[in-house]
Amino acid sequence: MPFKHDVIIIGSGLAGLRAAIELAGEVDVALISKVYPTRSHSGAAQGGIAAALGNEETDSWEWHMYDTVKGGDFLTDQEAAEVLAKDAIRAVYELEHMGVPFNRTDQGTIAQRAFGGHTADFGKRPVKRACHAADRTGRVILDTLYGMSLKKGIKVYEEFHMLDLIMENERLAGLTAYEIATGDVHVFQCKALLMATGGFGKVFETTSNCYANTGDGVYLAYKAGVPLEDMEFVQFHPTGIHRLGVLISEAARGEGGILRNRDGEPFMERYAPTLKDLAPRDMVSRAISEEIRRGRGINGQDFVHLDLIHLTEERIQEKLSDISSFVRIYLGIESNKDMIPVAPTCHYMMGGIPTNTDGQVLDEESEWIPGLYAAGECACVSLHGANRLGCNSLLDLVVFGRRTGKRIAQDIEELDLTETSTGPLEEAYARIEKLKKRQKGEKVSVLRAEMQEYMTKYCSVFRDEDGLDKALRKVEELLGRYDDVMIQHKGRIFNTELIEAIELESLLHLAQAILRSAESRKESRGAHYREDYQERDDANWLKHSLVKKTDKGVRIFSKPVTITRFEPKPRVY
Amino acid sequence: MKRTFRISRFDSEKDRESHFEIYEVETEASDRILDCLNRIRWEQDASIGFRMSCGHGVCGSDAMKINGKCGLACQKLVKDFEDDEISVEPLPSFRVLKDLIVDMHPFLEKVALIRPYLVCSEPPPEKERKQDKGDNEKINEIIRCILCACCTAACPVTGENEDYLGPACFVRAFRYIFDSRNEDTVARLKQVDHPDGVWGCVNHFECTRVCPKEIKITKSINTIKREIENRLQK
Repeated sequence: MPFKHDVIIIGSGLAGLRAAIELAGEVDVALISKVYPTRSHSGAAQGGIAAALGNEETDSWEWHMYDTVKGGDFLTDQEAAEVLAKDAIRAVYELEHMGVPFNRTDQGTIAQRAFGGHTADFGKRPVKRACHAADRTGRVILDTLYGMSLKKGIKVYEEFHMLDLIMENERLAGLTAYEIATGDVHVFQCKALLMATGGFGKVFETTSNCYANTGDGVYLAYKAGVPLEDMEFVQFHPTGIHRLGVLISEAARGEGGILRNRDGEPFMERYAPTLKDLAPRDMVSRAISEEIRRGRGINGQDFVHLDLIHLTEERIQEKLSDISSFVRIYLGIESNKDMIPVAPTCHYMMGGIPTNTDGQVLDEESEWIPGLYAAGECACVSLHGANRLGCNSLLDLVVFGRRTGKRIAQDIEELDLTETSTGPLEEAYARIEKLKKRQKGEKVSVLRAEMQEYMTKYCSVFRDEDGLDKALRKVEELLGRYDDVMIQHKGRIFNTELIEAIELESLLHLAQAILRSAESRKESRGAHYREDYQERDDANWLKHSLVKKTDKGVRIFSKPVTITRFEPKPRVY
Repeated sequence: MKRTFRISRFDSEKDRESHFEIYEVETEASDRILDCLNRIRWEQDASIGFRMSCGHGVCGSDAMKINGKCGLACQKLVKDFEDDEISVEPLPSFRVLKDLIVDMHPFLEKVALIRPYLVCSEPPPEKERKQDKGDNEKINEIIRCILCACCTAACPVTGENEDYLGPACFVRAFRYIFDSRNEDTVARLKQVDHPDGVWGCVNHFECTRVCPKEIKITKSINTIKREIENRLQK
């Protein structure tokens, strides 16, 4: 028997939870997640959530909007940035009212700190805009929204892995999902389906992302014929712990931390004279990579130092206690005594499923696909353009999670529950049986490692035609080899090898979409830096990339950027 | 260097009870136990079941018993263990579903009973509610809890009394009892004022010893006890 709900939300991170809270009590809504809600990766966000509250110094939403657009290297759709910056203030107050334990100022208002690319007076100087709870802001917001979901009695299907979308007559009808604990496949029917499945940093070897970030929702939309937008724009966070990739929040620099090369030089002064260490992430990651390339990494190695030694112990304890605990555990060092070895780590996907500012998923003619919605990192509104600013991500989740929830509540009257045929269930079982029956072939882990190696080597901070081509040929080869992938374990209960095989299909196709989009864009903009086309080229490339899976292969095309208030101009900091 | 992992195995499709299996794996001192488990799973035996997600001690998925002590596999490094053999078992007192995976439902149902959300009947102001820095600091440590369940699993009382709410619930209770914005403090105190509540705690300190987020849990439970004495019993 299929499960039936008016609205099904895939993913129980902040975007999914916020939408569900908006809908609960109004319509029958359920969440499906491959992890328990409190394990969602939103919880790993450290530094804060941006809003021009002006609690610490004068600020305005127009400045925030400008920073978001400029941070995105003018690829940001400006009406989306306006919605974000304006609604930020209400959204943060709302979180406080729900109980988020933000740090406080001496006046008892929400404390704010500086963050990369957030400025006063249209780029003149850094501004304190990041509302935070020490360096565990995402975690406490996740805990708060999880509590709200319990209060509202929202149904959650935990540890269900989605397998496929069910489309009937070009309308969304539901999905098939695999119950990890039992090995059963279920059909879910719904009037509206919201993808809130997060990013897919696991395409890369070194990432701050969790193991679960494999882009399942983005891939299934892509597979169902939805074009994906701006997939070439992958954010590398400047300060991952060397080799591990574990995130050291930008808050470390917001609180006064300084990046240094082998000579102890605070090198960001050369790259961004005004904002220095608080330049946007794409610029800082490039600067670090450039220092390393020129042999100025520490002892000539592939990392630089993050210096927090001059910060007082009290400040570290009050504002940066999680990261000081990370470096103690993983490196055996004290952040107020030793320099932290850092290097860029894959962190965030600016691209994803194209939506309007109400979370409705758009097809290639920019028409809504009835019943289908997306919010959060898996969506591309396009809010973050070619490079997302720190603290705009948590904000994106709660602002657009809520807006999408509201929109679904409006649309639901017009949407019907469609009976699904038995086909999708049979297909899903057949796919799993096929994977389990294969007696010889390659391991999932082998293919995944090769993909991650090539993506990291050729599609990271610096890219060029030759490298992208190498990576593309590798990924296409791996897609072929995937057809013969073999899983050793044939059991039904918590078969994690089977799940990883299903995830690998998503990762490989998304890697291909990233590479094809990156190869196509012959300019440098935001996080997409082409060594063979080093300048931004507004005349030819001020447009969004779209990549679509067709019977004849992958097709690349484009759509215009919405510009309302701020004309593109050179991006210096 | 090669290390021996002694992993507790249980698959309800074929086993009546848990047993140990031995795996040898090449390790580096800086490897996380989670890295070793993954290497064993990817290279030797794909059937081993354990949960994981963030890999750096934020999500709380990979709580298990490592060399007799509850902790997160992603937060323990090979070099933390001196013996050649490292044993890995599921969280004690929790029902095992497969290998190192336990049933989290009873635990989460108890957390839900605690009402882990702010109760505040006054309509909120237009801006944020003001809160003194000092009041905010009262809950700064307790909000580090990630619901990994290490504390509750490690607590000897949990093993003896299945109705015992357990330390993780008291951590959540503390978080709201001492949040100056919360209104129903008395109701919350009453909710844990019984033998299955905070009075079940007899100061074994196991919770504090194992907490991956270094929360002084036992001390917090005793603070709740004192608050009950001050506010309910006087």
